[in-house]
Amino acid sequence: MSITSPLFQHHKHCDEIFADAEEACEKGDWTVGAAAFELLRAQLETHFASEEELLFPAFEAATGMTSGPTEVMRGEHRQMRDLLAQMQVAVGSRDGDAFGGAAETLLILMQQHNMKEENILYPMCDNALGSSDVGASLAERLK
Amino acid sequence: MHPSLSFDQAPPISVPYRFFLAAPWFGVMAGILLAWSGPDAFASRWTPEALALTHLIALGFMLQAMSGALFQFIPVAVGGNVWRPRLVANAVQPLLVLATLFLVAGFLVGRPGLLSAAVPLFLLAVGGLVIAVAIALWRTPATGMTLWAMRMAIGGLAVTVLLGSLLAESLARGLPVPIIELTNIHLAWGLGGWALMLLAGVSYHVVPMFQLTRPYPPWFTRGFGPLLLFLLLAWSGQYFLGDLRWSAAIGLPLLVVFSAYAGMTLWLQYTRRRKIHDATSLYFRVAMISLLAFASSGAAFFLYPAIAVDPRSVVWLGVLAFAGVLVSAVTGMMYKIMPFLNWLHLQRLGAPMSAVPNMKKMLAAEAMTGQLRLHVLALLLLLAAVWLPALTRLAGVAFAASSAWLAWNLISTMRRYQTFRDQIRAVALHR
Repeated sequence: MSITSPLFQHHKHCDEIFADAEEACEKGDWTVGAAAFELLRAQLETHFASEEELLFPAFEAATGMTSGPTEVMRGEHRQMRDLLAQMQVAVGSRDGDAFGGAAETLLILMQQHNMKEENILYPMCDNALGSSDVGASLAERLK
Repeated sequence: MHPSLSFDQAPPISVPYRFFLAAPWFGVMAGILLAWSGPDAFASRWTPEALALTHLIALGFMLQAMSGALFQFIPVAVGGNVWRPRLVANAVQPLLVLATLFLVAGFLVGRPGLLSAAVPLFLLAVGGLVIAVAIALWRTPATGMTLWAMRMAIGGLAVTVLLGSLLAESLARGLPVPIIELTNIHLAWGLGGWALMLLAGVSYHVVPMFQLTRPYPPWFTRGFGPLLLFLLLAWSGQYFLGDLRWSAAIGLPLLVVFSAYAGMTLWLQYTRRRKIHDATSLYFRVAMISLLAFASSGAAFFLYPAIAVDPRSVVWLGVLAFAGVLVSAVTGMMYKIMPFLNWLHLQRLGAPMSAVPNMKKMLAAEAMTGQLRLHVLALLLLLAAVWLPALTRLAGVAFAASSAWLAWNLISTMRRYQTFRDQIRAVALHR
C-alpha cells in the first residue's frame, strides 16, 4: 500500500456522499439532503486538513518545493471551502437552484482537483516520502 | 524536480474559446449546404457535396473544437505544458478556418487551385498544432492510459492530414495515385486513429468525473488504444499490399473495438452514482448509441455485401459517425467545459468568491436541453434522408438550426463571462 492510498480511497468516499447529498436536495428532500451535506462538508474538511497539516508539509520538507503544486492545491481547497459555504446557505434557505449550481461547480472543481492529485501530486509524494510514517498518520485520520 | 509540471498553467480563456466559438458555424454551413443541394447530396460518398459536408464537420466543427479542448485539457489532465498557447492558438485557429474554407470550396466548385491552396495551409496549421501538443505530451512527467491515448491520437491526426494533403494534391494535379484506397486509409485514421482515440482517452477522465461513474476497468484502457492502433495499421497494410481478402477479418474486429468502447461507456453511465441527468450526459448517450448503430450497420454491410451495394449505405455510416457520434460528443463536452471555465477564470480575478455566479448561471440548463432535442431531431431526419431523399432539404434546415442554436448558446456563455468580468472589475475599482 502506498503512502497516499488512504487519500485515494477517501476521494471515492466523498464522491459517494456528494451524489447522495445532491440527489436528495435536487428532489427537495431537505431533511436527508441537509444530513448528507453536513457529512460531506465534514469529510471534505477532514480530507483538506489531513493534506494541509500532514502530507503537504512533509512533501515540502522532503523536496524543498514550497511554492509549486502544494500551493496550487491549497488554493483549490480554499475555493472548495467557499463553494461549500454557499451550499450551506442554500441548504439553510432550501434554495434548490442555488444549491444545484454551487454543487455542480464544486463537483467539477473537486474532480479536476482530485485528478491532479491522483495523477501527479500523490505519485510525487509517494516517491519523495517513501520511508516516512506519514502514511500511517493519514490512514489514522481518514479511517 | 519536474520542470514541465504545469499544475496551474491553464491557458488564457481566449485560447479554447476562439476554437469553440468558431466550431458551430461550420455546422450551420453544412446544414445550409445540404438544404441548398437537395436530394442528390446523399447519392454517394463521392458527390462534391458529400465531400464538402464531411470536411465541414470533420475539420470545421470537430477539429476546431477538439483543438480548443486539447489546449485546455493537456495542462489539467496530464500536466503537460503547451508552448506559448496564446501564440500557437492565434496562429493555428485562423489558418485552420481558412484552410477548411478553401478545401470545401475546392470540392464544391471543382477548381484545382483551391485544393492546392488548402494543402500548405493545413500543413502549417495542423503541423503547428501537432508539434506544440506532441512536445507537451511527451515531456509531461505524468503517466497513464489517457496520456497514451492522446499521444496515439495526435499521431493519428498527423497521419490523417498527411494522407489528406496527398489526396488533395492528387485531385488538383491529377497525380496517378490510388484515390479510393488512399481515401479509405485516410478515413480510417481520421475517424479511428484521431477522433475516436482522442474521445476514448478523454472519456477515461471525464466520464467518471462528470457523472461519478466507476472508472473504466484497467484491462479496457490498456487494451483499447493499442488494439485500435494495431487494427488501423493492419487496415492500411492491406491496401499497400493490394490484397483485400482480409478486409472483413480486420474490419469486423475494428467494429467490435468501437462497440466495446460504446458499450462500456453506456454501462458505466447506467451504473453511475450520480443520479442527475444533464445535457452532457445525454449528449454522451446519443453519441454512444450512434456509435453502436455505426458498428452494427458496418458489420451488417461486411457480412451481407448485397445490402451494401447501394452507394447510400456508406453515407448512412457517415451520418452516424459525424453527426451522431462526433458532433454529439463534442457538443456535450463544450456544454460542460465553457460554464466551468467561465467560473474558473472569473474567480481568479480576485473578487470575493460569493460574487462569482455558479456554473448554472453561465448557461441555463433549459437552453442546453432544448438545443439537444433539436439536434436529435436533426440527426433522425438526416438518417431518414439517406433513404428518403425527399427529406434532405428539411434535414439540412434542421441541422443548420440546431447548430445555430448551439452557436447562440456558446456566444451567450462567453458574453456572460464578459459581463460578470466587467462587474467584478468595476467593484474592484470602487473599493
